[in-house]
Amino acid sequence: MAENADKLISVFIDGIEVKVLPGTNMIEAARKAGVQIPHYCYHRHLSVAGNCRMCLVEMGTPAFDRVTKAPVMGPDGKQVIQWMPKPVIACATNATPGLHIRTTTKLVKDCREGVEEFLLVNHPLDCPICDQAGECHLQEYAHQYGRGYSRYVEEKNVKPKRKMIGPRVILDNERCILCGRCVRFCKEIAKDEVLGFTERGSHSSIDCFPGKTLSNNYSVNVVDICPVGALTSVDFRFKMRTWFLKETPSISTESSVGVNTTIWSREGTIYRITPRRNEAVNDSWMSDTARDLYKAVAAENRTSAYAIEGRPVKSDEALKALAALLKASKGVALIASAFSSVEEQWLLKKLAQAIPAAKKLVYVAPHYAEGDGLLISADRTPNLRGALVTGLIKGLAQTDMSSLKAAVDAGEVDTVLSVNESVTSAGLGIEDLKKIKYVSLGTHFYQTSQYAAIEIPLLTVFEREGSFVNQQWRLQKFAKAVPGPAGVLADADFFAALLAAMGSPATRGGGLAAVWAALSAEVAPLKDQSYAKIPAEGVVIDGSAFANEKFREGKTLHYAPANA
Amino acid sequence: MATKILERKPLTLAERTYLPQIAAGLWVTFRKMFGRRVTLEYPEQKPPIPRGYRGVPTLVKDPNGREKCVSCQLCEFVCPPKAIRITPGEIPADSATAHVEKAPKDFELNMLRCIYCGLCEEACPERAIVLQNVYSLNAATREEVVLHKDKLYELGGTLPDKIMKWDKKKAAADKAAGGHH
Repeated sequence: MAENADKLISVFIDGIEVKVLPGTNMIEAARKAGVQIPHYCYHRHLSVAGNCRMCLVEMGTPAFDRVTKAPVMGPDGKQVIQWMPKPVIACATNATPGLHIRTTTKLVKDCREGVEEFLLVNHPLDCPICDQAGECHLQEYAHQYGRGYSRYVEEKNVKPKRKMIGPRVILDNERCILCGRCVRFCKEIAKDEVLGFTERGSHSSIDCFPGKTLSNNYSVNVVDICPVGALTSVDFRFKMRTWFLKETPSISTESSVGVNTTIWSREGTIYRITPRRNEAVNDSWMSDTARDLYKAVAAENRTSAYAIEGRPVKSDEALKALAALLKASKGVALIASAFSSVEEQWLLKKLAQAIPAAKKLVYVAPHYAEGDGLLISADRTPNLRGALVTGLIKGLAQTDMSSLKAAVDAGEVDTVLSVNESVTSAGLGIEDLKKIKYVSLGTHFYQTSQYAAIEIPLLTVFEREGSFVNQQWRLQKFAKAVPGPAGVLADADFFAALLAAMGSPATRGGGLAAVWAALSAEVAPLKDQSYAKIPAEGVVIDGSAFANEKFREGKTLHYAPANA
Repeated sequence: MATKILERKPLTLAERTYLPQIAAGLWVTFRKMFGRRVTLEYPEQKPPIPRGYRGVPTLVKDPNGREKCVSCQLCEFVCPPKAIRITPGEIPADSATAHVEKAPKDFELNMLRCIYCGLCEEACPERAIVLQNVYSLNAATREEVVLHKDKLYELGGTLPDKIMKWDKKKAAADKAAGGHH
């Protein structure tokens, strides 16, 4: 914004002066002035439709003499404001120098009340059975501008309810206020034109085009942007009322895009994941597949107990056994994970340094798939760049694990530690695992976990806190939404304790603050950073040291590869 | 503040024997034997329960036997001692009451916590939870007084419904089924 400072113009919202860029619409300008203009159809990341008419305001422009073009001054010495006789919609009114709007006059209030009354004419009032209740704009504005009773005596329209318009979205046409946000989203963001208006007048309704369904991987976003309960999510349907849910800021682990999310939980159970607005990363969107990731928390193959040779033990016993194993090993291979946070990766680097073995191999397992060009990148891990920044791996060459099998066959490596990774992807078979000591650290059981000498349960991204570095070198943090299984240490705490047991304490005191104190002193791009300091929208760190690495990501929403 | 010490009159001889007081008390007892009874032989006799009495909260059905609760969880929200815990559920599409869409999968009411305040009844938009005249709830174990859906409907029974809003909705939908053109 700073480079545009000279272009800023003054507009006046209820007499409050705000400086905005020319062309800013008046809803955003008013937001800047701390004035809320109610709206349904306007969405900051979609085109302006202007069909709900809720944002009507009075508008006036400074008067100029028609002939001389000189400002017309009033008796009070100020330029006369020529108020328009009729209200205008704020969403489609762009800032011009000296523009005035009024949002608190009787005309504006009457407009809002009129619009609200018409919207409620055919509304079914199913709030008790509507998932949107509690976060419904219609409810909120009905409180502010509704009359509390209905003057409508005719029969209400009946429209189809509980209609599946896609595998993950249910449409209730009676609740729809025809704002068209979903139609615009499908066209402009998802690029999958599926929805449109049918019928006329008060029978107008949203429907899929014949033979099409709303089945693209961004379909649930229409549920988020629907200002009423017309579009609801199949997965979240009738699960919990929104007012019971606690919101925790988090980061999606689906890919290196690092989509900002909000985790909605109640009493340790996660009910849904929604996108969190970040104009530099994901705007207001996220993929449907990333919304399902919370199901991993209560998955059947979830690990929850420490075990030595299959025998359940307490965490400190497992810790001692692992430390002893690492000290005694001749050669150790560490398969680290790009799903680990920056803090954990740094601790793993310290661990690799502390292992006394002669032969040490460190890998970060790669996960590549095709990107979708929007919010899923080709690198399906959230924190590959974190592994580079922290120095866990020197370069992307260490994501190639082909040397591991040879080292195991040659007997150079007798201990393999894998963190949240299956060793089969490293080319090791069950026969190989029987030859070596295999330590499986993971949130879930893998096929090979049963051959592990020591099993260490880890926590999912929802149960711990930390930070990731996304494809834009943006350091973003996630918070703990729900508690992990009883008795299971957070990954960073376990690694720090393991380092201490190895006789190489990298951090003093517990928690991420202690890790960051040592981490920021050692890692140049993270200098002066700490978990507490990372802002909600993240902060871009210096990744220029790795400019020559061949990252696989293609273009996504707010990212274009540097070497393209 | 100054303390004032009161002089007590010493008891008389008659007072010290206690006999006149006992006789006076027995006289009152004797007189009441011939008066109107003021007590009930509980539990054989039960007192009449006045209207608006706040007994155990119960779930009720409408005259058609439809469970009225739609698990909106407003009672759960408003309940001061957090005695209510609802697991919402969906009514299957082939059910006779499919148009209501939502019903509780389970409704747990912890009577060890309930304080009989009646806020759940006030908050209910469907008039589905009603504090009726059950005032005596006792059990041998704690689990037995954590009431679940089946028990709550058994206690609640059926109450008259003047509005029958869901029936009206269904009638309107059936009428419009032929299309509006």
